[in-house]
Amino acid sequence: MNALRRHRILNTIWGAPKGWRGTVVSVNHSDIGKRFVIAAFGFFAIGGVLAMLIRAQLATPGSAFVGPDIYNQLFTMHGSIMMFLFAIPMFEGLALYMLPKMLGSRDMAFPRLSAYGWWCYLFGGTILIASMVFGVAPDGGWFMYTPLSSKAYTPGINADVWLLGITFVEISAISAAIEITVSVLKLRAPGMRLDRMPLFAWYLLITALMMIVAFPPLILGSILLEVERAFDWPFFDPARGGSPLLWQHLFWLFGHPEVYIIFLPAAGVISTVLPVLARTRMLGYGWIVAALLSLAFLSFGLWVHHMFTTGIPHMALGFFSAASALVALPTAVQVFAWIGTLWNGRPELKLPMLYLLGFFVVFVIGGMTGVMLAMVPFDLQAHDTHFVVAHLHYVLIGGFVFPMLAGAYYWLPHFTGRTRDELLGKTTFWLIFVGFNVTFFMMHLTGLLGMRRRVHIYPEEAGWTLLNLVSSVGSFVMAFGFALFAIDVALHVHYARRRRRNPWTAGTLEWAMPVPTPAYNIASLPTVISREPLADAPALASALSRGEGHLGEPRRGWRETMAVDTTTGAIDHIVVLPGNTHLPIVTAAATGCFFLCLLAGRYWLSLLPVAGVVVLGLRWAWLLDWRRDIGPLPIGRGEVAPIHREAAGAPGWWGSVFLLVADGTALASLLFGYAFLWVIAPNWPPPERIEGGLAAGLVAAAAGSAGTLLARRCLADGAAGLMEAASRMAVAAAAAQLVTILALMALGVTAQPVPQAHAYAACSWALLAYALLHATIAMLCMGFGRARIAAGHVSPRRTLDLRVARLFSDYSTATLAIVLVCLLAPSVMS
Amino acid sequence: MLAGATALSLLVFGLLLLAFLRRGREGRTSPTVWIGGLGVAMPIAVLLALVGYALMLGERIVAPGVSGTVVIDATGRQWSWEFSHRVGDGTPATHNELHLPAGRPVVLRIAAVDVIHSFWVPRLAGKMDAIPGHVNLLRIEAAQPGIYEGQCAEFCGSGHSGHLFRVIAHDEAGWVAFQRGERQ
Repeated sequence: MNALRRHRILNTIWGAPKGWRGTVVSVNHSDIGKRFVIAAFGFFAIGGVLAMLIRAQLATPGSAFVGPDIYNQLFTMHGSIMMFLFAIPMFEGLALYMLPKMLGSRDMAFPRLSAYGWWCYLFGGTILIASMVFGVAPDGGWFMYTPLSSKAYTPGINADVWLLGITFVEISAISAAIEITVSVLKLRAPGMRLDRMPLFAWYLLITALMMIVAFPPLILGSILLEVERAFDWPFFDPARGGSPLLWQHLFWLFGHPEVYIIFLPAAGVISTVLPVLARTRMLGYGWIVAALLSLAFLSFGLWVHHMFTTGIPHMALGFFSAASALVALPTAVQVFAWIGTLWNGRPELKLPMLYLLGFFVVFVIGGMTGVMLAMVPFDLQAHDTHFVVAHLHYVLIGGFVFPMLAGAYYWLPHFTGRTRDELLGKTTFWLIFVGFNVTFFMMHLTGLLGMRRRVHIYPEEAGWTLLNLVSSVGSFVMAFGFALFAIDVALHVHYARRRRRNPWTAGTLEWAMPVPTPAYNIASLPTVISREPLADAPALASALSRGEGHLGEPRRGWRETMAVDTTTGAIDHIVVLPGNTHLPIVTAAATGCFFLCLLAGRYWLSLLPVAGVVVLGLRWAWLLDWRRDIGPLPIGRGEVAPIHREAAGAPGWWGSVFLLVADGTALASLLFGYAFLWVIAPNWPPPERIEGGLAAGLVAAAAGSAGTLLARRCLADGAAGLMEAASRMAVAAAAAQLVTILALMALGVTAQPVPQAHAYAACSWALLAYALLHATIAMLCMGFGRARIAAGHVSPRRTLDLRVARLFSDYSTATLAIVLVCLLAPSVMS
Repeated sequence: MLAGATALSLLVFGLLLLAFLRRGREGRTSPTVWIGGLGVAMPIAVLLALVGYALMLGERIVAPGVSGTVVIDATGRQWSWEFSHRVGDGTPATHNELHLPAGRPVVLRIAAVDVIHSFWVPRLAGKMDAIPGHVNLLRIEAAQPGIYEGQCAEFCGSGHSGHLFRVIAHDEAGWVAFQRGERQ
């Protein structure tokens, strides 16, 4: 088979149909990645226009340009769009597009999940933007503090739009996080040990793990607040044992790691681009990985620094203040590793390097003001002023936008296969850099002079007039810069000259393929023996397209790529990925209908799309069709490997594990809320507690335990080839879960006070609902397992379905035990 | 703090600049010096000193006052402030106007009735959130008699921009008069 023929066959297997049909069904990571990037830039433009309106309003004191109601929507939407619809989706897109190429793989681990995440993001973002058009956009600030965002003070649907729309968008963040984690851990080129991965993969792996733990508190908080708004469960109402502070804790438990979640991928871009442009290798690979790990841990220990003024005891503040200062360490490690790398090499002032220098200047200043704000006495003065606004823009634009612009200019030739002269790009840089500093440096001063954030007018005699005007002028200069960037990219895409494939002589694998990349990335997978495979073998690209690596012979129309052992990079199995399908867009549309029903207050009607999502989800899993054993297959270079359905550590298994980690974090957040309210909130203890319910609780516990034991028996029988017995066990396990569900319902109805009575009751019911949901999932999993056995999808070699079912049963029972203890403790102890 | 931040920023920018100026010069840099020294050791020294100093300073501002200080209730609502002075015979209550004696520490008991507000008088330093269901303490002291402008620092809805108040610091005579209920 020659290279051209191989290219044609692989293109047919991996490509999507042309036109609209292709757009709707494609699950290819390059397509989805590019869409994320383009849409995120679109939302960035919208958020930018809002920022210009804000600056237009603040250019003069007492401006009558917009009133407070519109102004509140402007800054709320500006923050929400930039955080949730721009920054996170932008790096998700870059990761989806770039990771498989850098890791020497043909796609991400769960292509349909990427597509589902994309549609959720697009639909959720559209709901938010539409609300602005209809004038009912969220207006409570992007962190939505209660009670301002509760029903009494925001009676309209503005807050619901935020809570539901953002949660809808977060589905894409969680799915991207799981996708990135499993892809980096499993789907690499053979031989790529953990310590041979490009640093970019390390950065994204750690970012993704942080997302898996950081987003659940926000999602849980949003659900609780929406339930309070919709059904009057008083989680945050101090009159009935709730506390507004609970929302702040849940929000910042997400919100602070979020800052690093945004910064780390951009830092990954720097660690990739900077050494290449300095013609050397990155200094201190091990140091950087260690710094990332410590940053990930530390970033979860400093959320309280957003709450220094909420009356928390000073010694506790001292702890969080020290942690906030400490987090400067891993960042300093990276900054000096970058500068040391520049000292080692021969840095060239090419366009991406110019943006990196912009990053250094802006980000270092932002870091310095960050350390200042970490000090309690300073923060007590500067908190909620324009000083904080200046700081956060220095950190986020410095730490995210400048590196991403560097990355954009670095990888544009990869996206398009073209290169262009740098004049326009340099002009763009200076407009953005000067405009940015003029805008935001002034805000440090207005803040120190006492200007609060989120005010639409200020008195003339305050002396802030000139500074504000200068800020506003600067912001328009910056906006021109971004417009010019868009024009430059458009010119690049349409008019630039085609060039050779590796214009920067980089050493990472994404340059070892034709550009623009074909749908399958690489015609065969390389064997990696160092961190810079392309530097070892400059002719690697042509060897790979001649099919000299692994999986060079396409077969059976399969989308094949390799999975490796996580640490050693040894060949583990072949992953056969699903192809183009309508399922992601249809499922996302059904999910969207669910959120729209809630937004319209049609709660009973919302059960319909829920049923739809369940059916589609089962169909989703069912389509992974595998009715016979295949055994080890040749993978080229004289080696063989089993396919993933017949291997132990299949991506689906790992994806389920990480999904449950996220799920467990949500439960932990709920338990935190329960304990927090019990200890801190006013109006405790509750007027009435659970009474009795012990019998129902014991029945639920017994049935749940039986369910998980039967699920384990079912798996053991299936693995031993006793299909009849396994089938019976699956039915029995599903029945046991049904008994659990009924017992839990009985417990709630007979023993618990109504959820509207008190935050205690609301928390109990929330815990009960959590256990009910998971018993239902376990039941569905076992029913699904039974059907798979009957249809011949399971054999002693192919037990993945039953293993995943067992995993969900185990999880359900473990959480059931925790929930029952929490529910019944007040009854048993009183 | 500003001088330190400026010095550190200049150090970083200087090293960056040198990286470009010394292009082509031989000699590899060592990770230990760059990352271990500049990246770890230097920040630890600076941060330890800074955190220690901030803790001591914070103790003075946040800690509840000693006995004998004046205690005043401050309650935020959409969009005004109520102050109730626990002094003299009665407890004179005022609207958007906080009276206190100059040169003496005052402890404020800060609360809110509807949404979260934040009590902030920029020239008297420190701010404290007013949170429904909770009472927070803040110690302030006006060195000189006079009028100080105060404002709500936490976004509290459509009236937030105009959510202002004023602090009147009396001299001894004025404070005695205020306690007796004689107000201009």
